[in-house]
Amino acid sequence: MIPLLSLSDVRVCRGESPVLDAVSLTLRSRDRLAIVGPNGAGKTTLLRTLVGLERPASGRVRLFGQDCTTEAEFRAARPRIGFLFQDSDDQLFCPTVLEDVAFGPLNTGCTLPEAEARGRETLAALGIAHLAERVTHRLSGGEKRLVCLAGLLAMRPEVLLLDEPTNGVDAANGARLRAALAGFDGAMILVSHDEGFVSELATRALLIAGGRLTEAEIHTHPHLHAHPHLHPHP
Amino acid sequence: MIPADLRLRLLAAVLLVLAASQLAHLGPALAALALALILALAARPDRALWRRLRHVEGFVALLLLTLPFAVPGAPLLTLGPLSASLEGLARAALLAAKVTTAALVLLALLGTVEPIRLGAALHALRLPEPLVRLFVLTLRYLGLIGDEARRLREAMRARAFRARTDRHTWRSFGNLIGMLLVRALDRARRVEEAMRLRGFSGRFPHAALAAPTARDWTGFALLTGLAAAALLLDRL
Repeated sequence: MIPLLSLSDVRVCRGESPVLDAVSLTLRSRDRLAIVGPNGAGKTTLLRTLVGLERPASGRVRLFGQDCTTEAEFRAARPRIGFLFQDSDDQLFCPTVLEDVAFGPLNTGCTLPEAEARGRETLAALGIAHLAERVTHRLSGGEKRLVCLAGLLAMRPEVLLLDEPTNGVDAANGARLRAALAGFDGAMILVSHDEGFVSELATRALLIAGGRLTEAEIHTHPHLHAHPHLHPHP
Repeated sequence: MIPADLRLRLLAAVLLVLAASQLAHLGPALAALALALILALAARPDRALWRRLRHVEGFVALLLLTLPFAVPGAPLLTLGPLSASLEGLARAALLAAKVTTAALVLLALLGTVEPIRLGAALHALRLPEPLVRLFVLTLRYLGLIGDEARRLREAMRARAFRARTDRHTWRSFGNLIGMLLVRALDRARRVEEAMRLRGFSGRFPHAALAAPTARDWTGFALLTGLAAAALLLDRL
Protein backbone atom coordinates (compact mmCIF):
# COMPACT_ATOMS: atom_id res chain seq x y z
CA MET A 1 0.00 0.00 0.00
CA ILE A 2 1.29 3.45 -0.87
CA PRO A 3 1.76 5.64 2.20
CA LEU A 4 -0.38 8.77 2.23
CA LEU A 5 2.42 11.09 3.30
CA SER A 6 6.09 10.47 3.73
CA LEU A 7 9.22 12.39 4.53
CA SER A 8 12.63 10.88 3.95
CA ASP A 9 15.82 12.40 5.37
CA VAL A 10 14.30 15.85 5.38
CA ARG A 11 16.37 18.75 6.58
CA VAL A 12 14.80 22.18 7.04
CA CYS A 13 16.97 25.14 7.94
CA ARG A 14 16.20 28.54 9.30
CA GLY A 15 19.25 30.62 8.55
CA GLU A 16 22.24 28.39 9.23
CA SER A 17 20.84 26.12 11.93
CA PRO A 18 18.62 23.15 11.09
CA VAL A 19 15.09 23.12 12.56
CA LEU A 20 14.50 19.59 11.30
CA ASP A 21 17.45 17.26 10.82
CA ALA A 22 17.31 13.98 8.89
CA VAL A 23 13.63 13.49 9.65
CA SER A 24 11.79 10.54 8.14
CA LEU A 25 8.23 9.48 8.70
CA THR A 26 5.43 7.71 6.90
CA LEU A 27 1.73 8.02 7.43
CA ARG A 28 -0.53 5.25 6.19
CA SER A 29 -4.29 5.26 5.94
CA ARG A 30 -6.05 5.17 9.33
CA ASP A 31 -2.80 5.98 11.13
CA ARG A 32 -3.27 8.38 14.00
CA LEU A 33 0.20 9.60 14.69
CA ALA A 34 0.99 11.79 17.68
CA ILE A 35 4.10 13.96 17.69
CA VAL A 36 5.22 14.90 21.16
CA GLY A 37 8.03 17.19 22.19
CA PRO A 38 8.99 20.38 23.96
CA ASN A 39 8.31 23.87 22.63
CA GLY A 40 10.56 24.87 19.77
CA ALA A 41 11.45 21.26 18.93
CA GLY A 42 10.17 21.64 15.36
CA LYS A 43 6.66 20.17 15.61
CA THR A 44 4.92 22.97 13.74
CA THR A 45 7.75 23.13 11.17
CA LEU A 46 7.27 19.41 10.54
CA LEU A 47 3.58 19.91 9.75
CA ARG A 48 4.34 22.97 7.60
CA THR A 49 6.92 20.98 5.63
CA LEU A 50 4.33 18.30 4.87
CA VAL A 51 2.06 20.81 3.11
CA GLY A 52 4.83 22.75 1.40
CA LEU A 53 4.77 25.91 3.50
CA GLU A 54 8.41 25.17 4.33
CA ARG A 55 10.70 23.77 1.68
CA PRO A 56 13.40 21.30 2.76
CA ALA A 57 17.06 22.05 2.07
CA SER A 58 17.48 18.37 1.35
CA GLY A 59 15.41 15.20 1.47
CA ARG A 60 12.12 14.17 -0.13
CA VAL A 61 8.49 14.97 0.55
CA ARG A 62 6.03 12.51 -1.00
CA LEU A 63 2.30 13.19 -0.85
CA PHE A 64 -0.11 10.48 -2.02
CA GLY A 65 2.65 8.69 -3.90
CA GLN A 66 3.83 11.83 -5.69
CA ASP A 67 7.17 13.56 -5.11
CA CYS A 68 6.50 17.20 -4.30
CA THR A 69 9.03 19.97 -4.76
CA THR A 70 7.25 22.80 -6.56
CA GLU A 71 4.30 24.94 -5.46
CA ALA A 72 2.18 23.44 -8.25
CA GLU A 73 2.80 19.89 -7.02
CA PHE A 74 1.93 20.82 -3.44
CA ARG A 75 -1.14 22.76 -4.58
CA ALA A 76 -2.53 19.65 -6.23
CA ALA A 77 -2.22 17.66 -3.00
CA ARG A 78 -3.44 20.30 -0.53
CA PRO A 79 -7.20 19.83 -0.88
CA ARG A 80 -6.69 16.27 0.38
CA ILE A 81 -4.94 17.49 3.55
CA GLY A 82 -6.66 19.53 6.22
CA PHE A 83 -4.29 21.61 8.37
CA LEU A 84 -5.70 22.97 11.63
CA PHE A 85 -3.66 26.01 12.70
CA GLN A 86 -2.72 26.85 16.28
CA ASP A 87 -4.47 30.22 16.19
CA SER A 88 -8.06 29.92 14.96
CA ASP A 89 -8.19 33.60 14.01
CA ASP A 90 -5.61 32.96 11.31
CA GLN A 91 -7.94 30.50 9.67
CA LEU A 92 -11.29 32.22 10.02
CA PHE A 93 -11.12 35.16 7.65
CA CYS A 94 -14.64 35.20 6.24
CA PRO A 95 -17.35 37.39 7.80
CA THR A 96 -19.78 34.63 8.71
CA VAL A 97 -19.35 30.99 9.74
CA LEU A 98 -21.16 29.58 6.72
CA GLU A 99 -19.08 31.63 4.26
CA ASP A 100 -15.92 30.40 5.92
CA VAL A 101 -16.92 26.74 5.82
CA ALA A 102 -17.96 27.13 2.18
CA PHE A 103 -14.59 28.67 1.24
CA GLY A 104 -12.74 25.38 0.65
CA PRO A 105 -15.45 23.63 -1.39
CA LEU A 106 -15.78 26.79 -3.55
CA ASN A 107 -12.07 26.62 -4.29
CA THR A 108 -12.28 22.99 -5.35
CA GLY A 109 -14.94 23.72 -7.94
CA CYS A 110 -18.29 23.53 -6.15
CA THR A 111 -20.94 26.07 -7.08
CA LEU A 112 -22.06 28.45 -4.34
CA PRO A 113 -25.28 26.53 -3.49
CA GLU A 114 -23.36 23.22 -3.41
CA ALA A 115 -20.65 24.72 -1.23
CA GLU A 116 -23.18 26.19 1.19
CA ALA A 117 -25.10 22.92 1.36
CA ARG A 118 -21.91 21.06 2.10
CA GLY A 119 -21.02 23.66 4.72
CA ARG A 120 -24.35 23.29 6.51
CA GLU A 121 -24.03 19.51 6.40
CA THR A 122 -20.55 19.66 7.95
CA LEU A 123 -21.66 22.08 10.65
CA ALA A 124 -24.59 19.83 11.49
CA ALA A 125 -22.32 16.78 11.71
CA LEU A 126 -20.19 18.64 14.25
CA GLY A 127 -23.26 19.68 16.24
CA ILE A 128 -22.80 23.40 15.56
CA ALA A 129 -25.45 24.03 12.90
CA HIS A 130 -26.78 26.87 15.06
CA LEU A 131 -23.60 28.89 14.45
CA ALA A 132 -24.03 29.09 10.65
CA GLU A 133 -25.14 32.72 10.42
CA ARG A 134 -22.92 34.02 13.22
CA VAL A 135 -20.09 36.48 12.64
CA THR A 136 -16.78 34.61 13.04
CA HIS A 137 -14.93 37.07 15.24
CA ARG A 138 -17.71 37.05 17.84
CA LEU A 139 -17.39 33.31 18.55
CA SER A 140 -15.80 31.85 21.69
CA GLY A 141 -12.41 30.13 21.46
CA GLY A 142 -13.93 26.65 21.44
CA GLU A 143 -16.53 27.59 18.84
CA LYS A 144 -13.84 29.10 16.61
CA ARG A 145 -11.82 25.90 16.79
CA LEU A 146 -14.82 23.76 15.80
CA VAL A 147 -15.66 26.09 12.91
CA CYS A 148 -12.04 25.85 11.69
CA LEU A 149 -12.33 22.08 11.78
CA ALA A 150 -15.64 22.28 9.90
CA GLY A 151 -13.89 24.37 7.24
CA LEU A 152 -11.36 21.58 6.77
CA LEU A 153 -13.83 18.69 6.92
CA ALA A 154 -16.03 20.38 4.33
CA MET A 155 -13.22 19.72 1.83
CA ARG A 156 -13.47 15.98 2.65
CA PRO A 157 -9.74 15.56 3.32
CA GLU A 158 -8.00 12.19 3.61
CA VAL A 159 -5.49 13.44 6.16
CA LEU A 160 -5.79 15.90 9.04
CA LEU A 161 -2.81 17.73 10.47
CA LEU A 162 -3.72 19.12 13.87
CA ASP A 163 -1.50 21.68 15.59
CA GLU A 164 -2.46 21.89 19.29
CA PRO A 165 -6.15 21.29 18.59
CA THR A 166 -7.32 21.48 22.20
CA ASN A 167 -5.62 24.79 23.09
CA GLY A 168 -8.10 27.33 24.43
CA VAL A 169 -11.11 25.04 24.00
CA ASP A 170 -13.71 24.79 26.77
CA ALA A 171 -15.02 21.45 28.08
CA ALA A 172 -18.29 21.27 26.10
CA ASN A 173 -16.73 22.17 22.75
CA GLY A 174 -13.71 20.01 23.61
CA ALA A 175 -16.02 17.01 23.87
CA ARG A 176 -17.48 17.83 20.43
CA LEU A 177 -13.95 18.16 19.03
CA ARG A 178 -12.88 14.78 20.46
CA ALA A 179 -16.00 13.09 19.15
CA ALA A 180 -15.50 14.56 15.68
CA LEU A 181 -11.84 13.53 15.53
CA ALA A 182 -12.55 10.05 16.91
CA GLY A 183 -15.17 9.63 14.18
CA PHE A 184 -12.89 10.84 11.37
CA ASP A 185 -12.03 7.84 9.23
CA GLY A 186 -8.93 9.18 7.51
CA ALA A 187 -5.40 9.43 8.84
CA MET A 188 -4.14 12.17 11.10
CA ILE A 189 -1.04 13.65 12.64
CA LEU A 190 -1.56 15.46 15.88
CA VAL A 191 0.76 17.72 17.75
CA SER A 192 -0.41 18.37 21.29
CA HIS A 193 0.64 18.96 24.85
CA ASP A 194 -2.62 17.48 26.07
CA GLU A 195 -1.44 13.98 27.03
CA GLY A 196 -4.90 12.69 27.86
CA PHE A 197 -6.10 13.76 24.45
CA VAL A 198 -3.10 12.20 22.69
CA SER A 199 -3.34 8.83 24.43
CA GLU A 200 -7.09 8.69 23.83
CA LEU A 201 -6.82 9.35 20.11
CA ALA A 202 -3.40 8.30 18.80
CA THR A 203 -2.42 4.83 17.64
CA ARG A 204 1.28 5.63 17.27
CA ALA A 205 3.62 8.26 18.65
CA LEU A 206 6.93 9.87 17.75
CA LEU A 207 9.09 11.98 20.01
CA ILE A 208 10.72 15.06 18.61
CA ALA A 209 13.65 16.82 20.22
CA GLY A 210 16.20 19.15 18.70
CA GLY A 211 14.76 18.58 15.24
CA ARG A 212 15.11 14.79 15.37
CA LEU A 213 12.37 12.18 15.52
CA THR A 214 12.40 8.96 17.54
CA GLU A 215 9.77 6.24 17.93
CA ALA A 216 7.80 6.30 21.16
CA GLU A 217 5.28 4.05 22.77
CA ILE A 218 1.86 4.92 24.04
CA HIS A 219 0.71 3.00 27.04
CA THR A 220 -1.67 3.52 29.86
CA HIS A 221 -1.04 2.48 33.41
CA PRO A 222 -3.27 2.76 36.40
CA HIS A 223 -2.57 5.54 38.85
CA LEU A 224 -3.84 5.94 42.33
CA HIS A 225 -5.11 9.38 41.73
CA ALA A 226 -6.41 12.27 43.72
CA HIS A 227 -7.03 15.82 42.71
CA PRO A 228 -8.81 18.81 44.20
CA HIS A 229 -12.27 19.74 42.99
CA LEU A 230 -14.19 22.93 43.24
CA HIS A 231 -17.94 22.83 43.74
CA PRO A 232 -20.38 25.58 44.60
CA HIS A 233 -22.18 25.18 47.90
CA PRO A 234 -25.84 24.32 47.44
CA MET B 1 -39.91 51.79 7.12
CA ILE B 2 -36.21 50.85 7.00
CA PRO B 3 -35.69 47.89 4.64
CA ALA B 4 -34.15 44.82 6.26
CA ASP B 5 -32.32 43.96 3.06
CA LEU B 6 -28.78 45.33 3.23
CA ARG B 7 -28.44 46.06 -0.50
CA LEU B 8 -31.50 48.28 -0.42
CA ARG B 9 -30.31 49.88 2.79
CA LEU B 10 -26.97 50.76 1.25
CA LEU B 11 -28.59 52.10 -1.91
CA ALA B 12 -31.12 54.11 0.09
CA ALA B 13 -28.36 55.54 2.28
CA VAL B 14 -26.36 56.66 -0.77
CA LEU B 15 -29.41 58.19 -2.48
CA LEU B 16 -30.59 59.96 0.66
CA VAL B 17 -27.19 61.44 1.41
CA LEU B 18 -26.84 62.57 -2.21
CA ALA B 19 -30.29 64.17 -2.09
CA ALA B 20 -29.49 65.94 1.18
CA SER B 21 -26.29 67.32 -0.36
CA GLN B 22 -28.30 68.95 -3.16
CA LEU B 23 -30.69 70.95 -0.93
CA ALA B 24 -30.27 74.73 -1.39
CA HIS B 25 -32.92 76.25 0.89
CA LEU B 26 -33.21 76.26 4.64
CA GLY B 27 -36.91 75.27 4.79
CA PRO B 28 -36.62 71.95 2.91
CA ALA B 29 -33.32 71.25 4.68
CA LEU B 30 -34.99 71.62 8.08
CA ALA B 31 -37.87 69.38 6.92
CA ALA B 32 -35.32 66.77 5.81
CA LEU B 33 -33.57 67.09 9.17
CA ALA B 34 -36.84 66.46 11.02
CA LEU B 35 -37.55 63.38 8.88
CA ALA B 36 -34.02 62.07 9.42
CA LEU B 37 -34.40 62.53 13.15
CA ILE B 38 -37.67 60.54 13.16
CA LEU B 39 -35.97 57.84 11.09
CA ALA B 40 -33.01 57.68 13.50
CA LEU B 41 -35.30 57.49 16.53
CA ALA B 42 -37.31 54.71 14.87
CA ALA B 43 -34.15 52.68 14.21
CA ARG B 44 -33.34 52.66 17.96
CA PRO B 45 -29.58 52.62 17.65
CA ASP B 46 -27.23 51.99 20.55
CA ARG B 47 -26.42 54.81 22.92
CA ALA B 48 -22.78 54.56 21.78
CA LEU B 49 -23.87 55.39 18.24
CA TRP B 50 -25.55 58.61 19.34
CA ARG B 51 -22.27 59.54 20.95
CA ARG B 52 -20.55 59.21 17.58
CA LEU B 53 -22.69 62.10 16.34
CA ARG B 54 -20.67 64.39 18.57
CA HIS B 55 -17.76 64.27 16.11
CA VAL B 56 -20.03 65.55 13.35
CA GLU B 57 -21.65 68.15 15.57
CA GLY B 58 -18.26 69.47 16.60
CA PHE B 59 -17.54 70.20 12.96
CA VAL B 60 -20.98 71.80 12.59
CA ALA B 61 -20.38 74.04 15.61
CA LEU B 62 -17.12 75.19 14.04
CA LEU B 63 -19.03 76.10 10.86
CA LEU B 64 -21.65 78.04 12.79
CA LEU B 65 -18.91 80.01 14.53
CA THR B 66 -16.75 80.84 11.52
CA LEU B 67 -18.98 80.98 8.44
CA PRO B 68 -21.02 84.08 9.43
CA PHE B 69 -17.75 86.05 9.59
CA ALA B 70 -16.50 84.72 6.27
CA VAL B 71 -19.54 85.50 4.07
CA PRO B 72 -20.16 89.15 3.08
CA GLY B 73 -23.66 90.63 3.55
CA ALA B 74 -25.91 92.59 5.89
CA PRO B 75 -24.08 92.95 9.21
CA LEU B 76 -25.70 91.20 12.16
CA LEU B 77 -23.09 91.60 14.84
CA THR B 78 -19.72 93.37 14.86
CA LEU B 79 -16.78 92.41 17.02
CA GLY B 80 -14.08 95.03 16.47
CA PRO B 81 -12.87 94.64 12.89
CA LEU B 82 -14.95 91.45 12.35
CA SER B 83 -18.60 91.45 11.36
CA ALA B 84 -20.97 88.51 11.13
CA SER B 85 -23.48 88.59 8.27
CA LEU B 86 -27.07 87.39 8.13
CA GLU B 87 -26.34 85.62 4.85
CA GLY B 88 -23.42 83.85 6.46
CA LEU B 89 -25.56 82.67 9.33
CA ALA B 90 -28.19 81.36 6.92
CA ARG B 91 -25.52 79.55 4.91
CA ALA B 92 -24.10 78.00 8.09
CA ALA B 93 -27.55 76.91 9.27
CA LEU B 94 -28.28 75.30 5.89
CA LEU B 95 -24.97 73.44 5.93
CA ALA B 96 -25.51 72.37 9.53
CA ALA B 97 -28.97 70.99 8.68
CA LYS B 98 -27.65 69.12 5.65
CA VAL B 99 -24.62 67.63 7.39
CA THR B 100 -26.69 66.54 10.38
CA THR B 101 -29.33 65.03 8.09
CA ALA B 102 -26.69 62.97 6.29
CA ALA B 103 -25.18 61.80 9.58
CA LEU B 104 -28.58 60.83 10.97
CA VAL B 105 -29.48 58.95 7.78
CA LEU B 106 -26.28 56.93 8.01
CA LEU B 107 -26.85 56.32 11.70
CA ALA B 108 -30.41 55.10 11.08
CA LEU B 109 -29.71 52.95 8.03
CA LEU B 110 -26.24 51.56 8.67
CA GLY B 111 -25.48 52.24 12.34
CA THR B 112 -27.26 49.13 13.57
CA VAL B 113 -25.64 46.75 11.05
CA GLU B 114 -22.60 44.66 11.93
CA PRO B 115 -20.15 46.33 9.49
CA ILE B 116 -18.62 43.08 8.24
CA ARG B 117 -22.05 41.90 7.01
CA LEU B 118 -22.00 44.73 4.49
CA GLY B 119 -19.38 42.79 2.51
CA ALA B 120 -21.91 40.40 1.01
CA ALA B 121 -24.24 43.32 0.18
CA LEU B 122 -21.46 45.33 -1.49
CA HIS B 123 -20.54 42.28 -3.53
CA ALA B 124 -24.17 41.75 -4.54
CA LEU B 125 -24.26 45.39 -5.68
CA ARG B 126 -21.42 44.51 -8.11
CA LEU B 127 -18.67 46.50 -6.46
CA PRO B 128 -15.23 45.32 -7.66
CA GLU B 129 -14.46 42.09 -5.84
CA PRO B 130 -10.89 43.03 -4.73
CA LEU B 131 -12.26 46.16 -3.05
CA VAL B 132 -14.90 44.15 -1.21
CA ARG B 133 -12.31 41.58 -0.14
CA LEU B 134 -10.05 44.34 1.13
CA PHE B 135 -12.94 45.87 3.07
CA VAL B 136 -13.96 42.56 4.65
CA LEU B 137 -10.44 41.44 5.57
CA THR B 138 -9.56 44.86 7.00
CA LEU B 139 -12.63 44.81 9.22
CA ARG B 140 -11.97 41.22 10.24
CA TYR B 141 -8.43 41.87 11.42
CA LEU B 142 -8.69 45.47 12.64
CA GLY B 143 -10.35 44.25 15.82
CA LEU B 144 -7.60 41.71 16.47
CA ILE B 145 -4.84 44.26 15.92
CA GLY B 146 -6.70 46.67 18.19
CA ASP B 147 -6.85 43.99 20.89
CA GLU B 148 -3.13 43.36 20.50
CA ALA B 149 -2.41 47.08 20.86
CA ARG B 150 -4.55 47.22 24.00
CA ARG B 151 -2.82 44.20 25.55
CA LEU B 152 0.62 45.66 24.80
CA ARG B 153 -0.36 48.98 26.37
CA GLU B 154 -1.72 47.19 29.43
CA ALA B 155 1.51 45.23 29.73
CA MET B 156 3.45 48.50 29.55
CA ARG B 157 1.27 50.07 32.21
CA ALA B 158 1.59 46.98 34.38
CA ARG B 159 5.32 47.65 34.38
CA ALA B 160 4.76 51.20 35.58
CA PHE B 161 5.02 52.93 32.22
CA ARG B 162 3.55 56.43 32.07
CA ALA B 163 3.52 58.51 28.92
CA ARG B 164 5.66 61.65 29.38
CA THR B 165 7.40 63.95 26.98
CA ASP B 166 10.82 62.36 27.01
CA ARG B 167 13.03 60.15 24.98
CA HIS B 168 12.06 57.01 26.90
CA THR B 169 8.36 57.53 26.10
CA TRP B 170 8.98 58.12 22.40
CA ARG B 171 11.19 55.08 22.16
CA SER B 172 8.62 52.93 23.98
CA PHE B 173 5.82 54.06 21.67
CA GLY B 174 8.10 53.41 18.73
CA ASN B 175 8.62 49.86 19.99
CA LEU B 176 4.89 49.44 20.50
CA ILE B 177 4.09 50.51 16.94
CA GLY B 178 6.94 48.44 15.53
CA MET B 179 5.73 45.38 17.44
CA LEU B 180 2.19 45.88 16.16
CA LEU B 181 3.40 46.14 12.57
CA VAL B 182 5.54 43.02 12.89
CA ARG B 183 2.68 41.05 14.41
CA ALA B 184 0.21 42.29 11.82
CA LEU B 185 2.61 41.25 9.07
CA ASP B 186 3.07 37.80 10.64
CA ARG B 187 -0.68 37.47 10.97
CA ALA B 188 -1.19 38.47 7.33
CA ARG B 189 1.32 35.83 6.28
CA ARG B 190 -0.44 33.12 8.31
CA VAL B 191 -3.85 34.08 6.96
CA GLU B 192 -2.50 33.94 3.43
CA GLU B 193 -1.06 30.47 4.13
CA ALA B 194 -4.36 29.29 5.55
CA MET B 195 -6.09 30.50 2.40
CA ARG B 196 -3.56 28.78 0.16
CA LEU B 197 -3.93 25.50 2.08
CA ARG B 198 -7.63 25.52 1.40
CA GLY B 199 -6.98 25.96 -2.30
CA PHE B 200 -7.52 29.72 -2.65
CA SER B 201 -7.22 30.76 -6.26
CA GLY B 202 -8.95 34.12 -6.38
CA ARG B 203 -12.52 33.18 -5.55
CA PHE B 204 -13.62 34.62 -2.25
CA PRO B 205 -16.99 33.42 -0.98
CA HIS B 206 -19.68 35.99 -0.38
CA ALA B 207 -22.94 34.62 0.95
CA ALA B 208 -25.77 34.68 -1.54
CA LEU B 209 -28.48 37.05 -0.34
CA ALA B 210 -32.17 36.25 -0.53
CA ALA B 211 -34.17 38.50 -2.86
CA PRO B 212 -35.59 41.58 -1.10
CA THR B 213 -39.16 41.14 0.12
CA ALA B 214 -42.10 43.34 -0.87
CA ARG B 215 -41.78 44.99 2.53
CA ASP B 216 -38.15 45.90 1.80
CA TRP B 217 -39.10 47.40 -1.56
CA THR B 218 -41.93 49.40 0.06
CA GLY B 219 -39.55 50.81 2.65
CA PHE B 220 -36.99 51.63 -0.03
CA ALA B 221 -39.63 53.33 -2.21
CA LEU B 222 -40.92 55.32 0.76
CA LEU B 223 -37.43 56.55 1.74
CA THR B 224 -36.37 57.50 -1.77
CA GLY B 225 -39.82 59.03 -2.36
CA LEU B 226 -39.37 61.27 0.68
CA ALA B 227 -35.93 62.27 -0.56
CA ALA B 228 -37.35 63.10 -3.99
CA ALA B 229 -40.16 65.12 -2.37
CA ALA B 230 -37.64 67.14 -0.34
CA LEU B 231 -35.64 67.85 -3.52
CA LEU B 232 -38.78 68.87 -5.39
CA LEU B 233 -39.87 71.18 -2.57
CA ASP B 234 -36.41 72.70 -2.63
CA ARG B 235 -36.49 73.42 -6.37
CA LEU B 236 -40.00 74.92 -6.52
